[in-house]
Amino acid sequence: MEFEPVIGLEIHAQMATQSKIFCNCSTEFGKPPNANTCPVCLGLPGVLPVLNKQVLEFAVRLGLATNCTIRLDSQFARKNYFYPDLPKAYQISQFDRPICENGWLNVDVNGQTKKIGITRIHMEEDAGKLIHGDGDDDCSYVDLNRAGVPLLEIVSEPDIRTPEEAKAYMEKIHSIVCYLGVSDGDMEKGNLRCDANVSLRLAGQEEFGTRTETKNLNSFRFIQQAIVYEIARQKEELLDGHEIVQETRLWDSDKKITYSMRSKEEAHDYRYFPDPDLPVAHITQGWVDSIAETLPELPDAKRQRFINQYGLRLEDASVLVAEQSIADYYEDVAAHQVNPKTVYNWVIMEMGRVMNETRKRIGELGISTNHLAELIGLIEDNSISGKIAKAVFEEMLKNNQSPHVIVEAKGLKQISDEGALGQQIDEILESNPAQVEQYRAGKTKVIGFFVGQIMKATKGQAHPQIVNQLLKQKLDL
Amino acid sequence: MFDLSLEELVQQIKSRQITAQSVMTAVYKNIESYEEQLKAYCTIIEKRRAMELAAVVDAKAKNGEVLGKLAGIPVSIKDNICIQDPQLKTKCGSKILENFYAPYNATVVEKLIQEDAIIIGKTNLDEYAMGSSTENSAFQITKNPWDPERVPGGSSGGAAVSIAAQMALLALGSDTGGSIRQPAAFCGVTGIKPTYGVVSRYGLVAYGSSLDQIGCLAKSAEDCEYGLRVIQGYDPHDSTSAQVEYGDAPSIDLSEQKFCIPQEYMDADAADDDVISSMMELIETLKQAGATVEERSFPFTNLLIPTYYILAFAEASSNLGRFDGIRYGVRKEGDSTLESLYKTSRSNGFGAEVKRRIMLGTFVLSAGYYDQYYGKANKVRTFIEQEVEKILAEFDCIIGPVSPFPAFKLGEKTEDPLSMYLADVYSVLANLARIPAISLPTKPSASQLPIGTQLMGRKFQDSQLLATAAAIQKITSDHQQTPNMLHK
Ligand SMILES: [Zn+2]
Repeated sequence: MEFEPVIGLEIHAQMATQSKIFCNCSTEFGKPPNANTCPVCLGLPGVLPVLNKQVLEFAVRLGLATNCTIRLDSQFARKNYFYPDLPKAYQISQFDRPICENGWLNVDVNGQTKKIGITRIHMEEDAGKLIHGDGDDDCSYVDLNRAGVPLLEIVSEPDIRTPEEAKAYMEKIHSIVCYLGVSDGDMEKGNLRCDANVSLRLAGQEEFGTRTETKNLNSFRFIQQAIVYEIARQKEELLDGHEIVQETRLWDSDKKITYSMRSKEEAHDYRYFPDPDLPVAHITQGWVDSIAETLPELPDAKRQRFINQYGLRLEDASVLVAEQSIADYYEDVAAHQVNPKTVYNWVIMEMGRVMNETRKRIGELGISTNHLAELIGLIEDNSISGKIAKAVFEEMLKNNQSPHVIVEAKGLKQISDEGALGQQIDEILESNPAQVEQYRAGKTKVIGFFVGQIMKATKGQAHPQIVNQLLKQKLDL
Repeated sequence: MFDLSLEELVQQIKSRQITAQSVMTAVYKNIESYEEQLKAYCTIIEKRRAMELAAVVDAKAKNGEVLGKLAGIPVSIKDNICIQDPQLKTKCGSKILENFYAPYNATVVEKLIQEDAIIIGKTNLDEYAMGSSTENSAFQITKNPWDPERVPGGSSGGAAVSIAAQMALLALGSDTGGSIRQPAAFCGVTGIKPTYGVVSRYGLVAYGSSLDQIGCLAKSAEDCEYGLRVIQGYDPHDSTSAQVEYGDAPSIDLSEQKFCIPQEYMDADAADDDVISSMMELIETLKQAGATVEERSFPFTNLLIPTYYILAFAEASSNLGRFDGIRYGVRKEGDSTLESLYKTSRSNGFGAEVKRRIMLGTFVLSAGYYDQYYGKANKVRTFIEQEVEKILAEFDCIIGPVSPFPAFKLGEKTEDPLSMYLADVYSVLANLARIPAISLPTKPSASQLPIGTQLMGRKFQDSQLLATAAAIQKITSDHQQTPNMLHK
């Protein structure tokens, strides 16, 4: 039996606002428990919410960037349930009148472009968190610093068919929210996380199978792995003749499995109704249009421009535009009249490697765009070889000096002077007559031996092409 | 001094013709005489402290310092309005908040303090303002000063009694479906529920958020106007507060006013004869003053009660979720599970009427019933609001009874919540339509119990409505009657 997976993602992005969604408390991360609270976010008797305008603007920005229809009269609704991290016993969210609807975006997987629908994007408040005592301490503690932090929930259509597409879609959302500045996208802090709805159906079948929801996936890798696991698990269940239980599951990243949460969670009736404390959020088309004008160039448009402007391949351009800071860095270097392809190699291969190793962002490596452009310039005008350049690059990482200074100070400049090199070559040919004989007898490959000897003698600073050229001249006499 | 209007009294305190301390002394004398029997207050500040606060006002007056519009006026506030005060809890008549001190002031409290009012205590109410008799308070039963065997009405029963027994000169209450006007009617005082959005709800413990409004009770429409002028105003802490200019009180010529009587309100089966006859006497007075009074049909009258209760209960079921014993209030652990903590705390903390309303509200919002109940009720409300607006385009005021009967005996209706709900038929219209409504004492019943008649005005024309009521009170004297117990 052939099964087709049907996947939809619900992504929660924490907005990068200074203050909370319905009060003036700070959203700063890492403060002592309950430091960022006030009567409003503590849900004290008698308090009322007042919407942070920035939240509305961020929601509109994301909606516009994902081709959504923007609702000019969206409405907040109460989602009622009891939990100690939810001080009002309801979460202010949106229900039947979300701010953004009917959007889409394209993702690229294995050279194919796929359009994924976005059902809706809505604004809501985050809950607090519980801290359970350990050891002898059997108390649970409530920290409401996060309560009232603004979130955008982005719900996709069930258009995703493979774990790779799911990962690519999440990467695209990550990239867009960061470009727009509506979220810092920091997945380690949980500022971007997703719930994956997965079901299987027989190939060719119209209706969907029973789905499971795997909650709180907070890395691209976990999303892919969890979906791979969930597809395999459901397939096995179905082949064994079992029915899929509609349930909420969690991902165990150590065991690499999903497991069922208490099924009671499913019995919730949230009793949504319009929040009478918040009037309809009326906005004007004019305001939406003015926001549209301030949108930055988004990843897809930038990628196309990079292909046209710098002659890059699609895959290379895709890598560059995924993160705006890298794309900007690339452009700053490329603006120095150096080969864009070479710049790509340095930014993605060399700097990318260091970013991975050090878990730093490109701006934190201490290499200015001017310095990298200088370094590439030194290669292009044959002042240094590619190999030397890598050594210079390592120095630059250590002390943030300009490559010129490093090359001068260490005497690394490439020797291209034919006179000086010719003398060296003559000496080496004289002291290796056997190899000269071999060459002249037709074993021309032995030229590599001479090049190696010269490089050794010049500590790698000899210009390899000139050395080759001179050697041939002298040996072919 | 109890005959002076608030404005005159403040003027005299400022000009030192009378001292704030003597006013306070007189009010505390009444408290000492009647409070033990009437139980209007849940908490009262010590007399010594009240006198100190009054002395501060007198000292300021003496030094010629600028004094606020309520300088030295003893004010009571309903116990569902938050005040940050080491002596005043905010208990809402509920066991679950027995130990709750609010860590912030409601906006109305800030405004009162800014105008040098002296808040002397918190008045009793039906738990979370749910009820029409103040019998649903977890702490005490408030008695009607006109007949202590009778209820004062509710839910702002304590507020109405504090005015009727002259134990405060201005009272703040809240009105979700008549909770200011009905006790005002039962206790022979004047009470206004302003237009929704005129007074900030920030700091008012919510019952039905889309219906709740804080208002004033006092001995006259003039005093209500004076108090409302202080507490009204746009508040950035309340998104439903209106950015509408509160106009100066216009001068009203009753002969130019047009009053509308809903035909359905004349139905003799719906209300006591005394109530209808009290209203008819006011109508007669208005006609004699040259006013136009006409009947119109309000065919939606039978929709008012179901619509109101569905909306109020639904909102209440959500608003009262926060009283869970986790962060404040009384916690009862039960067994060690979280679910048991919730169940035990809430089962012990809430009274029967509150539980009834939470359960009904939860039901009408539940999946599969939303459209049938809450969704439909909201549509009907919008319809009613539009119909009332049409009528008020033609008329200045709608006139009607406040309650179908005067104050009833304590315990008389506690076993029949439905008949209590049905008694709100006249009062809920103003809350559903978001319009201002005022209850005025009119001709008392045959057994000398106070009866109120209400006037409902156009949205955001609260000062117009109050001026009309004041004009009526200039030519009538029912509002000047005081309970016999005060004359002994
Ligand atoms: Zn806060």
